[in-house]
Amino acid sequence: MKFTLSWLKTHLDTTASLAEITDTLTRIGLELEGIADRGAALAAFRIAHVVEAVPHPNADRLRVCTVDAGDGVLVTVVCGAPNARTGLKGVFAPAGSFVPGTNTTLKVGEIRGVQSAGMLLSAREMGLGDDHSGIIDLPADAPVGMPYARWAGLDDPVIDISVTPNRGDALAVRGVARDLAAAGLGVLRPFAPAKVPSVFTSPLVWCIDMPQTCPWVLGRTVRGLRNGPSPQWLQDRLISVGLRPINALVDITNFFTIDLGRPLHVFDADKVQGGGLLFRPGEGETFRALNGRDYTVGPEDCAIADARGVQSLAGVIGGEATGCDERTTSVFVECALFDPVRIALTGRRHGVSSDARQRFERGIDAALMPDAIEAATRMIIELCGGEASNVVAAGAEPAWQRQATLRFARLREFGGLDVPADAAVESLQRLGFVVAARNAATVTVQVPSWRNDVAGGTELDPAPALPAERAARAAAGRDAVEAECDLVEEVLRLRGLDAVPAVSLPRAAPVPGRTFSPRQSRSALARRILAARGLAECVTFSFMERRVAALFGPADEALHLENPIASDLDQMRPSPIATLALAAQRNAARGWGDVGLFEVGPGFADPTPDGHRWIAGGVRAGATPRSWIVPARGVDAMDAKGDTWAVLTALGVPPEALSVTADAPGFYHPGRSGVVRQGPKTVLATFGELHPRVLAALDLAGPAVAFEVFLDAIPDPKRRKKTAPDLPTFQPVRRDFAFVLDATVAAEAVLRAARGAERTLVAGVTLFDLYEGDKLADGRKSLAIEVVFQPRDRTLTDAEIEAAAQKVVAAVAKATGGVLR
Amino acid sequence: MSDDLLALKRETDAALAAATDLRAWDAVRVGVLGKSGRLTALLKELGRASPEERRTRGAALNVLKDALAAAIEARRVELEAAALDSRLAAERLDVTLPPRPFPAGLIHPISRTMEEMAAIFGAMGFEIAEGPDIESDWLNFSALNIPAHHAAREDMDTFYLPAPAPGGRRPVLRTHTSPVQARTMLTRELPFRVIVPGRTYRADHDATHSPMFHQVEGLVLDRDITLGHLKGCLIDFLRAFFGISDLPVRFRASYFPFTEPSMEVDIGWNRKTGELGGGGDWLEILGSGMVHPKVLANCGIDPREWQGFAFGMGIERVTMLKHGIPDLRPFYESDLRWLRHYGFNPLSPALLHEGV
Repeated sequence: MKFTLSWLKTHLDTTASLAEITDTLTRIGLELEGIADRGAALAAFRIAHVVEAVPHPNADRLRVCTVDAGDGVLVTVVCGAPNARTGLKGVFAPAGSFVPGTNTTLKVGEIRGVQSAGMLLSAREMGLGDDHSGIIDLPADAPVGMPYARWAGLDDPVIDISVTPNRGDALAVRGVARDLAAAGLGVLRPFAPAKVPSVFTSPLVWCIDMPQTCPWVLGRTVRGLRNGPSPQWLQDRLISVGLRPINALVDITNFFTIDLGRPLHVFDADKVQGGGLLFRPGEGETFRALNGRDYTVGPEDCAIADARGVQSLAGVIGGEATGCDERTTSVFVECALFDPVRIALTGRRHGVSSDARQRFERGIDAALMPDAIEAATRMIIELCGGEASNVVAAGAEPAWQRQATLRFARLREFGGLDVPADAAVESLQRLGFVVAARNAATVTVQVPSWRNDVAGGTELDPAPALPAERAARAAAGRDAVEAECDLVEEVLRLRGLDAVPAVSLPRAAPVPGRTFSPRQSRSALARRILAARGLAECVTFSFMERRVAALFGPADEALHLENPIASDLDQMRPSPIATLALAAQRNAARGWGDVGLFEVGPGFADPTPDGHRWIAGGVRAGATPRSWIVPARGVDAMDAKGDTWAVLTALGVPPEALSVTADAPGFYHPGRSGVVRQGPKTVLATFGELHPRVLAALDLAGPAVAFEVFLDAIPDPKRRKKTAPDLPTFQPVRRDFAFVLDATVAAEAVLRAARGAERTLVAGVTLFDLYEGDKLADGRKSLAIEVVFQPRDRTLTDAEIEAAAQKVVAAVAKATGGVLR
Repeated sequence: MSDDLLALKRETDAALAAATDLRAWDAVRVGVLGKSGRLTALLKELGRASPEERRTRGAALNVLKDALAAAIEARRVELEAAALDSRLAAERLDVTLPPRPFPAGLIHPISRTMEEMAAIFGAMGFEIAEGPDIESDWLNFSALNIPAHHAAREDMDTFYLPAPAPGGRRPVLRTHTSPVQARTMLTRELPFRVIVPGRTYRADHDATHSPMFHQVEGLVLDRDITLGHLKGCLIDFLRAFFGISDLPVRFRASYFPFTEPSMEVDIGWNRKTGELGGGGDWLEILGSGMVHPKVLANCGIDPREWQGFAFGMGIERVTMLKHGIPDLRPFYESDLRWLRHYGFNPLSPALLHEGV
């Protein structure tokens, strides 16, 4: 919302400085967006008199002007403008001044042999429009030497505030002035337009067939007028707030939109057919609006129609066919009240954002209408002449009157600020609230007609599953306190929220309890574990290109965004692996192919909360670092398995409870990937090499491996005291075994068999070698394990060790068919 | 001592001195003290001597034996020391060589900020609440007093997913973390203090907006929480988070559908240098307010009994301010060079007692 300081002062009698005004606006919730002081850029330009203009001796199109800029010195200016002539009053820019329109700083120069000490300016050169047909030609009485900005009224700062959606009343200069006055910055000037006498009966009347959208409308005909450009002061006002002057009648409606927040519309009365205008639902007709576009009005829209058809989209935009132009001699003024929600929906459906819609959808002052139509009529007659009819109406003023009650104690108990009762009441009165009743503890006020946001009592939308009794009590509580909260806000707002003393939260407990839920702790720990293993944490988008998402899962239609911001961000990702693989590719494209990335974030299986899976995922690509000690090697599936193991064991999953099966999802290499399970059903993680087809589709050079740990699937670790540790006093005995097995036998089967061979004695089994090659038959492999035998009560004899070793050999043979090599 | 014994001592000393390694030394030792060594032979001969001779010669032989043993042992120590010295002289590592590589991982700045928030708000008695990224429009809008026609719904540029059934309500990607307010009010026992850090989505993409970003929501409900507590809590947080004990904090009246009174919160900074604290300029940093009675009632809470405040803050924004990160977009690009530059050590998590 833009307005100038002088416009504000037409409603506010104040001595406050610009800075006081703008600081106060921000404090009371009308946040200052900016101040544009257009005069500042024009400060050096003065009104000057061209004493003499003669042809340039060396150039046909140039003139040599002798200019008096009011400081007693005549200067010579070479000028190319066709209208440069003796006696002209123009605008002079001295050498050294900056010309905004050409973005140059003037210097004394010589043009074709004649010295030029400045410039006579066009409107465009001053940045004041597009006119460059000649230099500015001011009236003869323009005072020589006066700064042009002051003479033109451009030294009037334009104040721009952002108005929150609840404050329709502040989309008016008068509304802003009222708030400033209430905040103590002056006095609101009275507004009481005298009635314009009615001379004839309006030939046009209103009819409402859609009262739910338009409950009340006033209208008035003014005939015998002459439309044309509006006077300079009005044009200047509109230009200053960014509106384009059109003609006096249209400019008047725009003026009241900004001045009173009261949008009006003017029909050329001679173009309206059939003697009346009807508010009715649209019937699919198309009309051309004032912006030159065609709109088709539907049954949800409120149209204004004459005998010929739809002429206007009520409350949103007027029509071209009945618009006012220079030939208009008779006008019918529309001053209507609309339902904010219906206007908002119509405006949104048709994609029209007009100043009128902006105000109607926030709610306007219902009680202002009779005064507004008088003020508008008066200005029309003042500017265009003519005479006024009676005021015609349809519908009736709706009952906008509401009351609200404030318990003074609530200012402290809710607002945190002790405000004396008298001061609180005075604040409300300054805002236009009228005291209806008051006692020591409470005040009941009448809400002013322009404050649609206070005590509005809009409908609740309670949670569908709430028990009826709970919902009813909550609703009753809301009815009891909402209007009071509105009043607390008004009182605090005017005093400034900085006045409320800050109070630290009281301690809920001497020592706070845990902040994280167990699941959140799991996420935090997983994040630290993976980063400590050398992976860099990433945050990637939850959505991605559907084609790529489909490489990693079903790319369900239910997870396909209806309105993606870009075509490569249209599908919710199945797993962080998918976006991390893309990130690895981007890094490789920048020349960093060896990366380890991870993310702890969501993967989406379906749109329900259950389908929102919390995943610690990672991708490693390229090779391990080159080193003179350890040769570099390509990353492999065991790197990824190591990452999953690190996370799972850190999160308290006992490793002996885990099993790995070779049925990983299809984006992995089918032979080099696994699923980590706890029990037959619970899947805790997957890991493996990425499928070569996935790599090819992503343009990612291999090798690349990935893993995902499903953090929701991990059971909370049981918090029980640890048992006493097992610390035998006897030295353990270590024996190595190498078994030749069928190549398809799982290593885990060998390890499991060895562990179970002699439970009281076997304390650990480690696999330390895998051999497949020339020394073995095809389809055979050798696995070497070290078994640790831990005696408990005495040192083992050689015979006992031998017996235990035989049990290990027998158990492995039985479980896997392996034989000692 | 007789001449032969003296000779043996002299010759042995000479042989030991001549032995320059342990092998030669051992030959000397065996030649003297071994089974057929010269001293051993002399001792054997003693048996054949007369008793008188045996006593004097025996005593002399014993003295000689001790002397020889000591000399041999001393030479061994000398030779071993020399051998170790020469081995060490040969064993030399270029200590300027790099050690075995161990790639350093790191924590993303967004996670770091969330951790710091958890630590600071945790000390004020807050717990973390969570909700899914895909929400119903009731939770994202209606519960929070944003009805279907509300201008705020337009402002938020909502992403929609297909309706599960024809004519049904379309799920949305949550435009703020506020739906978790409603989830919390519907399920958690009062009173409570929660913060909700998480992902949020709006259809906006330019230099200062990302279609996905992060917010932290706060909600405190109790019987006697006032706007004064809102101010105290946020001032306490902001000063701890930015580590500036006198950070200027300003509260401005504003409007949000889900709070009343509503306010925007500014912190003091220097617009030119970007330095926080002094400088005389104000930077908007978060929105807050007392929870609207309609929001409480929609979630089944009687606003006559319970009241409190809520706030919402952009995580990227405060992260950029705290660490002087100039651009938003690299947060999501996973450029390893950026991550290494701005990332945090995983073994130094945000702990109040170590300083956040």
